[in-house]
Amino acid sequence: MTVYWLCFILFLTGLYGVITRRNLIKIAISLSVMEFSCFLFLALMGYREGGVAPIVDMADPVKPYVDPLPQAMVLTAIVIGLATTAMLMAVIIRIYRKYGTFDIREIKNLRG
Amino acid sequence: MNPLIPLLVAIPLAGAFLTMIIGRFIPGIPRYMALATMLLLTFISFWLLVEGGAASSVYTLGGWEPVDGVPIGLYLIHDGFSALVLCIISVIGLLSVTYSISYMARYTSENYFYSLFCLMIAGMNGVVLSGDIFNIFVFLEIAAISSYALVAFGVEKNELEATLKYQVLGAVASFMILFAIGFIYWSAKTLNIADIRTAFSEGGQGNHYILIQILLLTGFGLKAAIIPFHAWLPDAHSSAPSPISAMLSGVLIKAVGIYVIIRLFFNMFEITEGMAILITTLGALSMAVGVFLAIGQWDIKRLLAYHSISQMGYVIMSVGIGMILMSRGIRNEIAALAITGGIFHMINHAAFKGLLFLNAGAIEYSTGTRDLREMGGLAKCMPFTSSTSLAASLSISGLPPFNGFFSKLIIIVAAVMGHFYLLAALAAIVSIITLASFMKFQRYAFYNVEPGKIKKEIREVPVPMLLSMITLAVACLLLSLLALPGIRESVLSPATDILMDQLKYSSQITGM
Repeated sequence: MTVYWLCFILFLTGLYGVITRRNLIKIAISLSVMEFSCFLFLALMGYREGGVAPIVDMADPVKPYVDPLPQAMVLTAIVIGLATTAMLMAVIIRIYRKYGTFDIREIKNLRG
Repeated sequence: MNPLIPLLVAIPLAGAFLTMIIGRFIPGIPRYMALATMLLLTFISFWLLVEGGAASSVYTLGGWEPVDGVPIGLYLIHDGFSALVLCIISVIGLLSVTYSISYMARYTSENYFYSLFCLMIAGMNGVVLSGDIFNIFVFLEIAAISSYALVAFGVEKNELEATLKYQVLGAVASFMILFAIGFIYWSAKTLNIADIRTAFSEGGQGNHYILIQILLLTGFGLKAAIIPFHAWLPDAHSSAPSPISAMLSGVLIKAVGIYVIIRLFFNMFEITEGMAILITTLGALSMAVGVFLAIGQWDIKRLLAYHSISQMGYVIMSVGIGMILMSRGIRNEIAALAITGGIFHMINHAAFKGLLFLNAGAIEYSTGTRDLREMGGLAKCMPFTSSTSLAASLSISGLPPFNGFFSKLIIIVAAVMGHFYLLAALAAIVSIITLASFMKFQRYAFYNVEPGKIKKEIREVPVPMLLSMITLAVACLLLSLLALPGIRESVLSPATDILMDQLKYSSQITGM
């Protein structure tokens, strides 16, 4: 149970970072922390104590297998997370070229 | 098992990649490829709406049939409700592409634009069709990432700032959804929406049940820009190129936000009164706060963006009223009326808000400004833009005979009949403030002639742009026909039935 709580605390740490950090790169890192806490949670759900990889062996078909579905989900989600992070980084680099700063307080053209 | 259903996702995906590759070698062709893709999609989605009718059809990808009533594999589900949303996506998409042919000529790298556009359509169609919660997440991310890129398409200071806000909040929303999906898989041991419903109704509703609901409501609420989560919407919708604003406001917040909220809370969770009251409150709040934020704006597209929040509030509120009545188990016919009103308003909002954003784009195209104080007297120079935007303004303010009047009437009548007098009064007051705000828009942009201020060189926009605007203005008038008794039963009622009949959705998939 503790491990799930740690996972949730990691998620909240990421959320805290997104809300409080002022540097754009640090916001991107905090988002990655949130992302990986989700992946960790999904991977933990499929884990079983003493489980083996779910490849059915005809000689001895009944074994404690780990759940393969969350692993497939995590792989898909990692690919999506990669795309999100790459897109965010591209935008941050463009912002740095236009505004000359990573400080989010300086970037305030739009308001109202 | 209708073989046309997967084409709705496959065609725009293929269109996106082919546009990117062929556009490299033959310049000028991407726009026509995107147009052909959207025409094909419009044809297929209307064919499915007419041919499918009230019946739902389930497509199992790869032919993985349910085993002992337990669905395995991925499912695409086309029923009354998703058919309507698919038609909205294709029609607004087709008209936006037509409009872009002239509008996007000012921008560079046209093939990227049309490629991302097709990708966004593919994502939204996937979200609407998918019957599997993780698949919804994947398609949602496809739609979201391409829309981040499209918002930033101008790559100037404002666009980049808007897309940064949109991306950070969108990413937080996505991770909340992913976390909720993890919890759902933990407690239900399945990802199929119909099967999750069965698992939840057979117990398994621990304390985490409420946590799942709150996480999903927050996640999809951020995507739909309900009021406490609305901060990104005015920036993103006003900074994007106008055809994209029309797509974002007219379609994206509905397909990936409102549609999924309605689908999950009706067909996946059992409706509880507390959650129904929460959803109604959020709807009423965004309806009222959105319109008050809108009235002080001078930037046209920002004004329209805040009105999107307010109009989406109507949809959420009336669906919420339906949920409250259903959870109490009384007056089911009034609940059906409220839900019908909500869905009808969602369709109407796509038509008039799409049109208003296209009008704003036309004004920006001709005058080069978005500030209402720098305009005036455009009615003489741009007669078609002026008349179509008048139609849209009357429609959003709820004046007869335009479509907005009928849907707001249904919502208010349902609220009164369900004894929600306060919400009915609030809906009427918000409608009046909307009218005031759009009178300001009309007066400053099109009438209000100050001598010496009119620039003679302002001309009407090119034909493709006019074509989409006039089509949408006609749609604003014709959609009011959906309120007529004969037509309502065949178009809106199937959508309401699939939401009202709690067991129908899951039974058609598990085959029991």
